[in-house]
Parts: sequence; C-alpha cells; structure tokens
Amino acid sequence: MYETTYHRASSVDEAVSLLGKAEDGKFLAGGMTLIATMKQRLAAPSDLVDLRHIDAMKGISVNGRSVRIGAGTCHYDVASSAELRAVCPALCDLASHIGDPHVRHMGTIGGSVANNDPAADYPSAVLALNMTVITNKREIAADDFFKGLFETALEEDEIITAFSFEAPEKAAYAKFANPASRYAMAGVFVAKNGGDVRVAVTGAGSDGVFRHAGMEQALASHWSADAVAGIHVDAEDMLSDLHGTSEYRAHLVKVMAKRAVAAAG
Amino acid sequence: MTKVTLTVNGRKMSGECADRTLLSTFIRENLGLTGTHVGCDTTQCGVCVVHMDGKSVKSCTILAAQANGSEITTIEGLSKGDELHPVQAAFKEHHGLQCGFCTPGMVMAATDIIRRHGGNLDEKTVRAELEGNLCRCTGYHNIVKAVLAANAEMYGAKQAAE
Repeated sequence: MYETTYHRASSVDEAVSLLGKAEDGKFLAGGMTLIATMKQRLAAPSDLVDLRHIDAMKGISVNGRSVRIGAGTCHYDVASSAELRAVCPALCDLASHIGDPHVRHMGTIGGSVANNDPAADYPSAVLALNMTVITNKREIAADDFFKGLFETALEEDEIITAFSFEAPEKAAYAKFANPASRYAMAGVFVAKNGGDVRVAVTGAGSDGVFRHAGMEQALASHWSADAVAGIHVDAEDMLSDLHGTSEYRAHLVKVMAKRAVAAAG
Repeated sequence: MTKVTLTVNGRKMSGECADRTLLSTFIRENLGLTGTHVGCDTTQCGVCVVHMDGKSVKSCTILAAQANGSEITTIEGLSKGDELHPVQAAFKEHHGLQCGFCTPGMVMAATDIIRRHGGNLDEKTVRAELEGNLCRCTGYHNIVKAVLAANAEMYGAKQAAE
C-alpha cells in the first residue's frame, strides 16, 4: 500500500471539510473494498476520511412500511434486524450472503452502493426497491443514481447518509455466486407492489446494475416464475470474462429471476 | 505516523505506526502478538481474524488507525492462564487442526459464531459461517465437530448457570 494519511470524522460536515483539505482524498466506510484495493496499489488516495465513527449514519428505523437505513449500517446489522425482516426479509437475506461474517461486520450498505461494483449485491436492491439515496446534499432516485461500472451520480465530496424506501408486498433476491469469490455472477432482485414490478440485475450486465423492462412487464401481468421463462435476455448486454461467457450470464439472469420470483411467493 | 492505542486482551497497549499500517501488522510487529497470522493477505483466508469491539474482523483489511481506541481480542486473550477456552479445548479434543496455521483464525471465528447464535447451532450453519476461513489440511470435518462440541459445552454450561 502506498502512503496515505488517515483522518477520523465524527460528523458528516467534518468529513466533507477534511476531504476538502486533502490533495486526493477518499471517504472510507467499512474499507472492505477500499483497503483491499489500496493494498493491491490499484488505488492510492493521499488521504482517507473515515466515516465509521459517525453515529448519525448508523441504524435502521421502520415506521409502518417506511424503511430508513443509515448508510453506515454494516451488512451484519442489516441481515440481523428483526424490524427490517418483518417488512422486507429479502433485504436481510441479501445482506446475509455478502462476503463472509467478518466482512459483514465491517462492510456497509453506503460503502457498497457508493462504490457500485458491477458484481456487488446491494445495487440491485436499491434499484428494485426504488430506494431514495439520501446524501449530505440532496435526495437521488435510484433510477438516477447508477451510471455504469463503478460510476454513480455522487459528486466528489458527496456522502450517502441514508437510504429510504417503502417495503413492497413481495420481494426476493437470488444470486449465482462465483464459487471462489462469492461475488454475484448474476443476481436478480424482484419486487412487487400491486401492479408495479421492478426487476434489477447485478453481476451480469456489461454496464453494471440494470432493470430488465421485459421481465418487469411480463411479471406485472402475470406474477409467476413461468412468466419469466419466455423473456429474452440479450447476451449482447452481458459481461464476458474467464468466469463465464455473456451467453452463460444471460441464461443465469433468467434462472435467477425465476428463482427470485418463486422465493418471493 | 499515528499513535495507536488499543485495549488488547484487557491490557492497554500503544504504538507508533505509519497510517498505512495494517492492524494485523501492528498486532504482530508492534505488539509482538504473533498468534494472529497473515496468510493470503487479501481478505479471503481468515487466519488474521481477531475480535474488534466484540465482533470478528479480518485484521489484514483494517488499518491500525481505523482500530485506534477499540478493544481487541486476539487468540492470546482467550485462555485463562493454563485453562484453555472451551473452543480451544474442543479443537484439541476433536483434532480440529493439522498444521495449525489457520487455527487462530478458526478459533476466533468459531467463538464469534457461537456468540452470535447463542447456542442455536447446527452443522449446516457452522459450515456456512466458516465461509471466511480456509483450512488446507483438515477438510473442515473435525473443525465443524469442534465448533459444535464447544457450542454444546458453552451453551450447556450457560444453561446450568441460569
């Protein structure tokens, strides 16, 4: 790892001010991606501004079916929240399969979504649950947030502070994990609210997380795994690498979508 | 340079290190506690697992500066003098190790699994929860047996005390 200077912020405002003074600083959430990336010398920020001690960014609150999750909430806390499980178990299940238990104690929902790794799990939930991404500057609709591989609508000094959404009637996430890394080779999050169906795919798309309009329409008119079976998933839009060809991923997307719909009930 | 102060195994310990120093390096080289191992150094193998503020973490993927002010438990902090922690005793009893390199991380992971599940453990859960710890010798079978035995021992003891 190249040299860096560590700063610990106790508030969002302090974090922004610390980053403003840095030559080439980065916000540090749980660090489960950023520290690993710095060790490989693929990132070399001059300064790190640690957000992990900002208490205002942590915690889950559920009011009726309205959910708010602080961006600094770790995967373990999302996975084990009884309050959240009562209204949206799909999100708990997704969080419970990220990395391993030790990673889940450090990694946060905000860090994962801000990084927007094309194989990360959370971006599919943000998109399918139509979450509002709340930052220190504004509120961003999920559909406007993700801008391609590792790209988001976030500005350099913008911090995600929380996520909010209305829990849907039905939702589930199914992923085909890479057998070694456990990252999603295809992960599909489905959510149904009355006639409104959202299907978001992670791990497979060559441009990162995306919604599949064909599946959404088919499921809106008939909510069943069979409804997905006839839908075409274009291999042209899929990633292709040593773990799987684009044709294989296109097939996986359909299989995961069917599994997710079946699991959602 | 940063001055890092940690409460390690109940004792306050400090050291100076560069900001980029990993917690695993700090524990091993500054504090001289070499029971915490470094294997893959890429967050995968889990031999570096310690408990930070009561939760298992991979110390090779945390900066010492990030941990500053926290309470750390390492493998050296589990036993009471000569009396092994129940998880350590179970690993010995059930031969949950061969070369022993992964064992500190396995034991720290296992104590965390048992803490989180409060006695409610079955084989499937243990195997799933050992996701972040690799052993290249045992095939995991005796490790899983040891974790279940320790869980029964600790949970049984807890029930008897209540």
